[in-house]
Amino acid sequence: MIAFLIKRIANAMLVMLAVAFFAFMIFRFVGDPVEMMLNEQATQAERADLRAKLGLEDGFLVQFGRFVTNAAQGDFGISYRNQQEVIGLIAERFPATFELVIVATIISLAVGIPLGVVTAIRRGAWYSEALQFLSIIGVSLPSFVVGIVLILVFSVTLGLFPAFGRGETVQIGWWSTGLLTELGRAAILLPAVSLSLFQITLVMRLVRAEMLEVLRADFIKFARARGVPARIVHFRHALRNCLMPVVTMTAMQIGNLIAFALITETVFQWPGMGLLFIQAVTFVDIPVMAAYLCIVSFIFVALNTMVDIAYAVIDPRLRGANG
Amino acid sequence: MMHETRGFRDRRPEAGEAPPALEVRGLTVEFPSRRGTLTAVEDVSLSIAPGEVLGVVGESGAGKSMTGLAVLGLLEPPGRIAAGEIRIGGRRVDDLPDREMERVRGREVGAIFQDPLTSLNPLFTAGAQLVETIRIHLGLDRRAARERAIALLREVGIPAPEERVDHHPHQFSGGMRQRVVIALALAAEPRLIIADEPTTALDVSIQAQITALLRRLCDEHGTGVMLVTHDMGVIAETADRVAVMYAGRVVEVGPVAEVLRAPRHPYTRGLMGSIPALRRRVPKLTQIDGSMPRLNAIPSGCSFNPRCPQAGPRCRRERPALAASGAGLAACWLEQGGVE
Ligand SMILES: Nc1ncnc2c1ncn2[C@@H]1O[C@H](COP(=O)(O)OP(=O)(O)O)[C@@H](O)[C@H]1O
Ligand code: SF4
Ligand SMILES: [Mg+2]
Repeated sequence: MIAFLIKRIANAMLVMLAVAFFAFMIFRFVGDPVEMMLNEQATQAERADLRAKLGLEDGFLVQFGRFVTNAAQGDFGISYRNQQEVIGLIAERFPATFELVIVATIISLAVGIPLGVVTAIRRGAWYSEALQFLSIIGVSLPSFVVGIVLILVFSVTLGLFPAFGRGETVQIGWWSTGLLTELGRAAILLPAVSLSLFQITLVMRLVRAEMLEVLRADFIKFARARGVPARIVHFRHALRNCLMPVVTMTAMQIGNLIAFALITETVFQWPGMGLLFIQAVTFVDIPVMAAYLCIVSFIFVALNTMVDIAYAVIDPRLRGANG
Repeated sequence: MMHETRGFRDRRPEAGEAPPALEVRGLTVEFPSRRGTLTAVEDVSLSIAPGEVLGVVGESGAGKSMTGLAVLGLLEPPGRIAAGEIRIGGRRVDDLPDREMERVRGREVGAIFQDPLTSLNPLFTAGAQLVETIRIHLGLDRRAARERAIALLREVGIPAPEERVDHHPHQFSGGMRQRVVIALALAAEPRLIIADEPTTALDVSIQAQITALLRRLCDEHGTGVMLVTHDMGVIAETADRVAVMYAGRVVEVGPVAEVLRAPRHPYTRGLMGSIPALRRRVPKLTQIDGSMPRLNAIPSGCSFNPRCPQAGPRCRRERPALAASGAGLAACWLEQGGVE
């Protein structure tokens, strides 16, 4: 178990180093930071001074080492665009993205699990087939199209929900939440639904496949033979045996959702990390881009590693081996 | 081998005292498919008295499991009962709607399947599954149900039941798990138990213990048992009567002692080759050549005729019906006026 832990964590760190290297290379190949930070009238002396201050005269490995050490402490430097600490900018935007992703995840589970169960136990019924068909469409629809359609229908035509922004937010320490106000909740609904649509179809298909598998198990036949009512067989005995893969996939998908949120945030002008990144790209604000890359990758890698470790802990065979 | 069971055999109630635990009349099970209908069970009639163990033998694919599943109302679609009647404790059950059949399963008829490793839900403790079954059928409160669960575990011979009740299936050995399964099948005191090869998946050394346990419990509770097996040895040890199935039909049925001593049907004689102790007594037919026909290629006449050493012209023309023969019934022209 300890060896497994060490191996898994070393693995994760290696991946993060590779990402950091990639982010670092953006600095080296996309323009000269000195040119970007100073205006045209800056003197040669000023330039040299800044070069030295930024450590650009040092060797490649020294620079990379410094980048990694700083990044590991959350220091991604100063934004080119508005001269603020990058980490501060990201921290300001993180709650918006996080809340969007969490609400989207909850929607996808709340809708996807029952749909998966229904399509599995009512296999062949017309509504199961229809849901299966819709889920194929759901998987293939580009998320910006979904967003635009939702805006057109629910904001522009029906006027039920705002088309952009977070509505009203409340500040709790450094965290700004939109979930505590009526306007905030109304504002999060459309982008969360838009972001969750793909996820709903994933959850539904996974639950359906797992349910079909589990429903063939002997213990299901035996539960029915004991006279356990169908509803309890389906929801207590079968569904519970499907939840492990669903939890795993959901945890792993959170990283994906943060990445996909980029598009949703752009469509809905949602002030999250994705929108920050898009703005950074338009202004070639490299420190912000690099920080976004590193942080999103970190969330990804951390979730994957935790899921793997949780699996090893939960797996009864491993549990048995440990006594 | 355990012989503890033999002494209980004569205790079963006299016929007519109570309705039979199981009565099957003319049962036919079909699997409709695009390329025609397969008949897995055809015109099967059986009856089991309270406390009686009916052994059902036959090669794999003979229709034993389908008969049991039909009684339980657990045939997987498209499989269906195409004809016949099934009565449990005198009450007709083959035409009950799903909701009512749920109340019959577990309460009136219990089941034990082949593999104790997979019959229990791995996520729930033995106790949770027992309490669930008991509460569904007997409506006890949680505490009383738990008391009963512990008593049941004790009854099926699980040591330290107060502790074991909270263990998960993977903490039990194969034999102990099958005991838990038996406790589950008996939880609501059904009149009938369908035991489909209950020991096949178990270690040879504990098979006899499990069948003896089943036999003893059913004697004590007056439960009828349909004991499906392809092992004539188990039948000899445990059953009161035996039904021999071939290609979806019952070809011979009679008291175990009779059938073992003087089998009437050539197929039964062939099967006897599989009991070591009896092999010397039937020197010629220690095994049956060939294999059972596929369901879509059942020969005309007697379905056993391509493999039967005594087959004659009549066997290829006409199908023999079950008719009285010795102390039981047999479906063979040899017993009904010859094969010519
Ligand atoms: N889903 C199915 N579709 C068609 N035939 C089936 C199906 N399930 C079982 N059968 C057939 O039913 C027959 C009886 O099977 P079964 O009752 O399981 O035999 P056994 O006596 O070994 O328990 C077999 O010939 C088998 O091929
Ligand atoms: S009827 Fe003929 S073929 Fe069939 S078992 Fe009897 S002798 Fe053999
Ligand atoms: Mg079988």
